[in-house]
Formats: sequence, structure tokens, C-alpha cells
Amino acid sequence: MFRTLVEILRHGLKNRSFIIGGSISLLFFLVAFLSYFWTPYPVEDINIADKLLLPSAEYLLGTDHFGRDILSMLIKGAGNSVIVAFVAIGIGIGCGVPLGLTAAAKKGWMDELIMRFNDFTFAFPSLISAIMITAILGPGSINSIIAIGIFNIPVFARVARGAALSIWKREFILAARSAGKGRFKISVEHILPNISSMLIVQTTIQFALGILAEAGLSYLGLGTQPPMPSWGKMLNEAQTFMNFAPQLAIYPGLAIALTVMGLNLFGDGLRDVLDPKLRRSR
Amino acid sequence: MRIFLAKRVFTLILTLLVATLVVFVVLEILPGDPASVMLGINAETETLNALREELGLNRPVWVRYTHWVADLITGNLGISYTYDVPVSELILSRLTVSFPLALLAMTLSTLIAIPLGILAASNHNKPMDFLVMSFSQIGIAIPNFWFAMLLTLLFSVTLRLLPAGGFAGWDAGIGPVLKSFLLPTIALALPQAAILARVTRSALLEVLQEDFIRTARAKGITNQGALWKHALRNALIPVVTIMGLQFSFLLAGTIIIENVFYLPGIGRLIFQAISQRDLIVVKNLVILLAGAVIVINFMVDLLYAVIDPRLRGGQDV
Amino acid sequence: MSKMKFIVTLIVLTLGIAINASSVMAAKDSLNLGMVLEPPHLDPTAGAAAAIDEVVYANIFEGLTRIDKNGVVKPGLASSWTVSEDQKTYTFNLRKGVSFHDGASFDADDVVFSLNRARAKDSVNAQKALFKPIQSVTAEDPHTVVVTLSQPTGSFLFNMGWGDAVIVDKASAEKNKSNPIGTGPFKFSKWVRGDRIVMVRNDAYWGTPAKLKTATIKIIPDPAAAVSAMMAGDIDAFANFPAPESLAQFKSDPRFKVVIGTTEGETILSTNNQSGPFKKLKVRQAIAHALDRKAIIDGAMFGYGTPIGTHFAPHHPAYIDLIATHPYNLAKAKQLLAEAGYPDGFKATIKLPPPSYARRGGEIVASQLRKIGIDLEIIPVEWAQWLDQVFKKRDYDLTIVSHTEPMDIGIYARKDYYFAYDSPKFQALMKKLDATVDTKARYKILGDAQRLISADCVNGFMFQLAKHGVWNKNIRGLWENSPVQANDLTQVYWIN
Repeated sequence: MFRTLVEILRHGLKNRSFIIGGSISLLFFLVAFLSYFWTPYPVEDINIADKLLLPSAEYLLGTDHFGRDILSMLIKGAGNSVIVAFVAIGIGIGCGVPLGLTAAAKKGWMDELIMRFNDFTFAFPSLISAIMITAILGPGSINSIIAIGIFNIPVFARVARGAALSIWKREFILAARSAGKGRFKISVEHILPNISSMLIVQTTIQFALGILAEAGLSYLGLGTQPPMPSWGKMLNEAQTFMNFAPQLAIYPGLAIALTVMGLNLFGDGLRDVLDPKLRRSR
Repeated sequence: MRIFLAKRVFTLILTLLVATLVVFVVLEILPGDPASVMLGINAETETLNALREELGLNRPVWVRYTHWVADLITGNLGISYTYDVPVSELILSRLTVSFPLALLAMTLSTLIAIPLGILAASNHNKPMDFLVMSFSQIGIAIPNFWFAMLLTLLFSVTLRLLPAGGFAGWDAGIGPVLKSFLLPTIALALPQAAILARVTRSALLEVLQEDFIRTARAKGITNQGALWKHALRNALIPVVTIMGLQFSFLLAGTIIIENVFYLPGIGRLIFQAISQRDLIVVKNLVILLAGAVIVINFMVDLLYAVIDPRLRGGQDV
Repeated sequence: MSKMKFIVTLIVLTLGIAINASSVMAAKDSLNLGMVLEPPHLDPTAGAAAAIDEVVYANIFEGLTRIDKNGVVKPGLASSWTVSEDQKTYTFNLRKGVSFHDGASFDADDVVFSLNRARAKDSVNAQKALFKPIQSVTAEDPHTVVVTLSQPTGSFLFNMGWGDAVIVDKASAEKNKSNPIGTGPFKFSKWVRGDRIVMVRNDAYWGTPAKLKTATIKIIPDPAAAVSAMMAGDIDAFANFPAPESLAQFKSDPRFKVVIGTTEGETILSTNNQSGPFKKLKVRQAIAHALDRKAIIDGAMFGYGTPIGTHFAPHHPAYIDLIATHPYNLAKAKQLLAEAGYPDGFKATIKLPPPSYARRGGEIVASQLRKIGIDLEIIPVEWAQWLDQVFKKRDYDLTIVSHTEPMDIGIYARKDYYFAYDSPKFQALMKKLDATVDTKARYKILGDAQRLISADCVNGFMFQLAKHGVWNKNIRGLWENSPVQANDLTQVYWIN
């Protein structure tokens, strides 16, 4: 395991996307981690007297309409994004990958059923379903996690199935089958390790999309709720102040864009590193 | 081919039916009574019951479901609870905003993305490629609602050139309409263009790796034009597929953008209808959007089968 | 690369068209009025939404009486009336020569029809309670209507001036939701749903004709878009501007006039008096002492709003200033909480409906109550859910809402109302009020009622919502206050 990691790093450090994306992602995760223990100011504290201050030594990025420190809110927002995206992608992998593996292993009606289910989930534009989910369960981080998670299930199912199908054709699988191993055992012991690099790459990309989705839902007021800050909600609140405090609309957007770009670049780099065939063509 | 087609049509119908069932059940468990939303806090029980009877909300569940499906088939979508106009009329009038907007965004994103994708692929691993790919990375990473806010900040708040939102209405003439569509179109198109440029580039690169191009090259075809023509035609299939899917999602995905610019389109209608519990509008709109996606998927499936006969056996790509 | 050039040209061209189009000036006998919420439909007798009245009241529909900009009852379709000695029989003399917009003539039968329709068993009138005292409505002759009440009702004439009591024609009544036909100075022209409602002058109007030829109501729910639309001149006036934070900007701009008026909206921290710790008076008192009204008004409304200490409009002559009975005092609040048996505070929920006064105010209230140890979970809800969970099922601890109905202190006498406040003393006061006709005596009772709910800390009384009007400085005749939910455009005109 350690060896593979070193190997990835050795290749990765020659890859521009990997370095840039990796550093941004690392910074993001560090900030998110930090937010669980410390922020410059407590974000729950509303201090109306200090509202809408410009950046200063006291408040590095200024304050919002409630007099809260924007830097602290951005830091806390990073922590919030990580949790939402992490759990949502967890749901996607946890349900999607077994589905995809089963579809590839069983073929026939089972495959058909799973794939139709996938098409079906895709048929409902995700935002509309998210709105419906929050309309039933009420807005909040947990419900936005559920909404984002559900849409990751077909994504991972599709990727896992596609990759697994190509592995099933390989000779060593044929060998395993003739040795009498069952389909379930082969899926777990041989298929899964062989498609893991593909899944890891997909995870980074979905993670980025998850952060975007969380921001979108929170922007519409359906996601994270106060007093927990969220980048999307900060943008929503900034909108009415855009005419005289445009800085409020800049920082959270930059934070989202930078993070998503970092994760995407990291995913690209990782793909290049993990997939030697692709490495050649790029 | 005939069996394949029959099988696919059967699954299509089944999927559509399941979709109606899901939408119906979801709306059944949606908390909140449309009648009390309409009558507000001073309404009396007797009044509420009168209204519920009028709206047909007191009938048994299965009766309402079967009636709805039958109405869907005959194209009779009913009357909106809140607006008191035919739902079909309401949806059509909103489509006159959302559809042109989606179309414009689609066109703009294609006009930007395809040339950029070609540019990147033809300059593979050169600075131009890097530039295009950087643009694409940024475009994908920027949330479209933030981009929309930046656009309003620049063009409406600072330069005061364009309206920050609202729709002039088609009878105001084409000028004002374009004026109100300009920023939303850009905000919608750019992130799409970023994705499309990427797809175009990698599709082209993949085709260029393929045997027949290599053969052509080996045979000494140095005419770049002919080469690109071949490559482009073959690369277009995945690109068009993505575009087809993007369009159906664009129609629904305008929700956020319509909220930012305050455009009276499908997205706003659905948002509003859910909060006002105008369930008859919600269920018809959701099923129409889902139905559109299901049908487009079905056609893409058929298209694949036409292009690649191997797929007819049921093996997916 | 020619495609790129093409795009650039296209953009430049569109920009060019756009700028040319915007230079067409609006004629001075038309008005574009901005509104935040779109009415669901246009029949004021069949819906609670304030937005309906804000379009049609006094403009399209008229009632027997009408409420003017000072909240005073004035003659409407009834030119005069007499009241019997026992305060139970009202005889209305109707105006002559009045016709509906579709040409149908107006007479006593229309009044009988309208009032009976509103109080009928299958009525869908949202304020059916207004018509409850009515025992019978009879047409004495085509221009005289006699209304008999089952008990004296001091507010009857005021009630008949509500939008829910307007007079409609039997032939067109059912179509009023989408094609309202009234007797007012404006005729409904068209409604582009989601965008605007257009009204044109009714040249056959019985009274003083409107000065505006057309009035367009533009629906702009987004505060940021509202600011830009005002700045760009797309909107001439906003009777109630959605974003108080932007008012400073309009004040400094010589093109606009900013008018801060009053509304009937008591914004309160509604409390479920039967839920857990909130049953205890000391807990409610502690909350009253922990609310910093100034910070709430500054933070949620950017300073616009009048603090209140009870459920009554401060501009009303019967209002009593009770703010000092529970001043902001954290130490006192903590002490009261400890006396109530919660020295370490407790956890509760606050459900917030969509308006920004509630969402923002709720965040501030939550942060203030946290200081005395009450940990509030914020649950945002849509109106549909609010009505269902909070209002109907009383499944809530705290909520914030503005009660915008005029003179609505009577709700505290309803023990099944969502406050769950059951005070026989208060109920007796209201009964006394109903039977009292003399103004002075009424004010005294109202004063007692205000003191009682303030002493009982039924709800956290926060502030009276202000009306933030922003309009072009050349416009005259718009209402500065809103005694009822209305945008009366009948007297609006442009100078020069």
C-alpha cells in the first residue's frame, strides 16, 4: 500500500495538474480540518454594530451584514462543504459501486433492471428532485446530503459497471472462474481492486461536483442552515448588498471556484498517473 | 432489429408509467395543504372543506391517480389551483421564456466550444491547448449563479448597460427581449461551453488515435483539411450526444439562473408552484421534464444502435 | 476563426439594439409599479394573499365602504348609510349610475349577491369571519340595501371596507380570478403571469376619473433586481421596497424620494404558550428581557421599524408604550430563567417563514437567546409548511411572523389560536369591547388588553414593520402608509 502511494507520488510530481490540483486540494482539506477546532472569531456571534466593515487588521476580509467575520465564515464554510460532499459521495459509492458490480457480474435481467433504475434516476433533473426532497423533508444539510447522495448512486453504478465489464473479459478472470470461484467472490477479490483507480478518479470529480451542488442548494436556501455558514448561502446573502458591498459577493465565489478547480485538476492528474495508457496520449 | 425496438419501446412506456407513479406518490406525502395555502390564516374549516371539494382533493387516492394518468394521455393537464388558468397554457407561456433561453445558451456554448475544442486538439500539447484547457477548468469550476452575479455586478451595477433581471415580454419586441436574455444566456452558456470544449477535444484526440486515421496518415495523406474532416465527423457523435443530454438538463437547470435574473420561466414556475402547493402544476411540470429526458435517452439509445449494430444485442458501451 | 468573429459581432449587435431600445422614454400618464409578490389570482373574495389586494383594491374593485390612506372609513359604492339605535341595522344608500367594467349595471342585487356569497356555506372567502355578524341582507329598492346584524359590531363599517368584502357582479364573479370585473376607476387589461399585470383607465367611472391612463404592476421578487430596476428607471415606484439595506442608496440619489411610512404589521416572536418550558411565565419574561429590539431592527431591517412592547400599532391613538416593562437586561433574564428552573438554559426550535424580516430576525434572535443559554435550532419553512405545522397543528416552540391585519388584537382571545394563549380575563375584555360603541370607552378597553398581553409576555413583541416606499420624485398621490394592504393608484399623477 505504502509502495503504491510512493509510486503515485513519484509519477505525480512530474505532472503539472497533479501538483497544482493536489496543493489546492490539500490546502482546502487543511482549512476544513482547522475549522472544526478554531476560527479567528466565533461564527455564531452576531454583532450588528460591526456590520459591513471593509477589510482591516482586525477583520482580515471585513464583516458581513450581521457583523460576522468573513474569513471565519469562509473557513467554517470549507468545513461544511467537506462534510456534506464527503457523506454524499459516501452514499454514492456505498450504494452505486455494489449495484454496478452486481450488474456486471450477473448480466441479464438484473443488469437490465439496475441500468433502467439508473436511467430513471437520471431522468429527474437533479435540482428539481433536490427541491422536492427538501420540500418534503424541509431544508437542511442532512437533506441536501441525501439529495446529492442519491444522484451519485447512478454515477458510481455506471462507472463501476463499465469498468467491471471490461475486466470480466480479461483472461485472469476466466482463469479464476474455471478454478470454481463464484461471481460474488471474483467481484470482490479481483474486479474491485482492478477498478479502484478508476473509482478514485471519479471520486475526486464527484467530490468537486458535490461541493458545487451544495453551494447551489444553499444558494437557493435549501441546503445548509444558519448559524452554520455555507459558501452558497453567503453568496445568496451577498446579492442584496451587491450595490454597495460587492466584496461580499466575491470571496465565497472565489473559494468555491478555487476548490472545485483544485479538485478537478487533482482528479485529472491522478487519472494520468494511475492510467498509464492515458498517460501516453496526453 | 424489430425485437430490439419492441423491447426498447416497452421499457420506455414502463419507465414513463413508473415515473408518473413516483411523482404522484412524492406529491402525496408533500406536507402542506393547497387549500390552506390559498386561504391563509383566517380561513375557517368549513371554507377549507368547500375549497378542497372544489379542487377535487377529497377524492380517493387511486381515483385521482388514474384520472391524472388518463388526463396526461389525452393532453388535458387541468387547471392551476392558484392561477386558475389551464396548466398547459401556463407551461406553454413559461416555455416561451425557458425554451429560447436554453436554445440561445446551447447555440452560444456550441459556437464557443466546438472551435475551442478543435483548436485545442489541433494544437495538442502546445500552449494553445494549455490555454483552452485552463479556460475549460475555470469554466467548470465557477458556479453559474456566481458567474451570473459577477456579470450583473459588471454590466448592470457598475456599467449600467443591461438590466439586472426581469423579462421585457415578447410583445415589447425582439430588442428588449434579447437585452433581458443576454446576461442569462452568457451565464448559462459558459459553464456548458467549458464542458463541451473538453468533450470535443478528447473525442477528437481519440479519433486521431484510431486506426483508419493512422492508415490514412501512413498512406501519406498530408492534406490537413481532409484529415480533419474525417476526424471531425467521427468525433461529432459523442459531442452531439452530450449536447442532446445537456439541452434537456438546460431546460430544467435554468432554475438557478432564472432565480438570479428573475426570468418568468419553467424553473421559477416549478419553484413557486412547490412553495404555493400548486400541486397540479408541479406534477405535470415534473413529469413533462422527466418524460422529455426519458424520451431523449430513448432516442439516443436508438441512435447508438443505428450507428453501432453490435449494441443491438443489448450490450451497453 | 471566423466563427469567433461572428460571435463577437453578434454580441456587439445585440448590445447595440439593447441600448437603443432602452432610450425610449415612458409617457407621463403611465406608471410602472414594482411589487415583490405576484398575486396567485385576482379575486380578493377568494384568497388570503395580500398581493391580490395590493393590485385590485380600490383600483379595480370597490366595496360598500372604503378605507382611505389614513385608515379612515369613507363612502364607497354606498354614498351614505344610517345605523339603527340598537346598532344592529345598517341601511346603505347606493350610488346611482354605476356600472361594472363589462357594462353590466350595479344595483342592490349585486350587493345582496356579494355579501350572501361571502357568508354562504360553500364560500371560499378567506376572511369569512368578517361576515359572521350578518343576519340578513335585503334589497329595499334598487339603490337601498338593509343589512341586519345578529349583534352590535363596532367595526362593521371598517370590515365592509376590506378587499374581501368588495362588490362583484353575479354574471362575472366566477371569472374574477383571471379576468376581474369590478366597478373601480381602472379596468383589468392583461396579466403576463410571472411578469406583470396591466390596468387601464375606466373612462366610464362613476366618480373622479383616475389620472393615469395605464398602470402596470411589475413583479420583481428579487431585492437585487429591484434595486437595479429602480436605478435603471424600468420601475417608477415601489410602494414597499423589499430591501431596506438599499434605501440609503436611494436617499442619496436626487431622482428618488424615499418615504418611510407605517404598516399594520406587528412583527412578533410568536410563542407556543403550551409547549415545554414556554408554559412558564418566567421563561417568557426571560425571553422578553433578552431581546435587544434595537439590534433586531438594525440587523434585520437596517434601522427601519418601530419597537413595540405589545401587539398594537404605535400610530394608533389607542396605543400604549409598554417597551419599558421588559427592558433589555441579560442579568435579569438569566435570573428569571434560573428561577423558572432552567439555570443552564434549554434547547428549543424556531421555525422561520420566508420573508427576510423573519429569516434575518430569527438568526439575530437565536444569537441573542443563546446568550442566556436558550439554544435555538433554526428551521426555515415555506409558507405552506408554516401554515400546516405552526399555524394549524401548533407544532412549534417559537416562530417569527408579522401580523399585518389591522386591529387584530382580538386574536389573543381565541384560545385555539396558534399562540395557545388561554386567558379568560382577556377573553372577557374582548367581549366587552365588541359590545362597546363609544370610542373613548373602546380605547380604554384596548389599553387594558395591551397591558394584559404584555404582562403575560404571550409573545416576544419586537417591532412594527415600516413601509419603505421608494418612488420617482415627480410622482404624487401614492400612499405613504398602509392602513390596509393596498396600492391605491386612483389619485396618482406625474408633475411636469
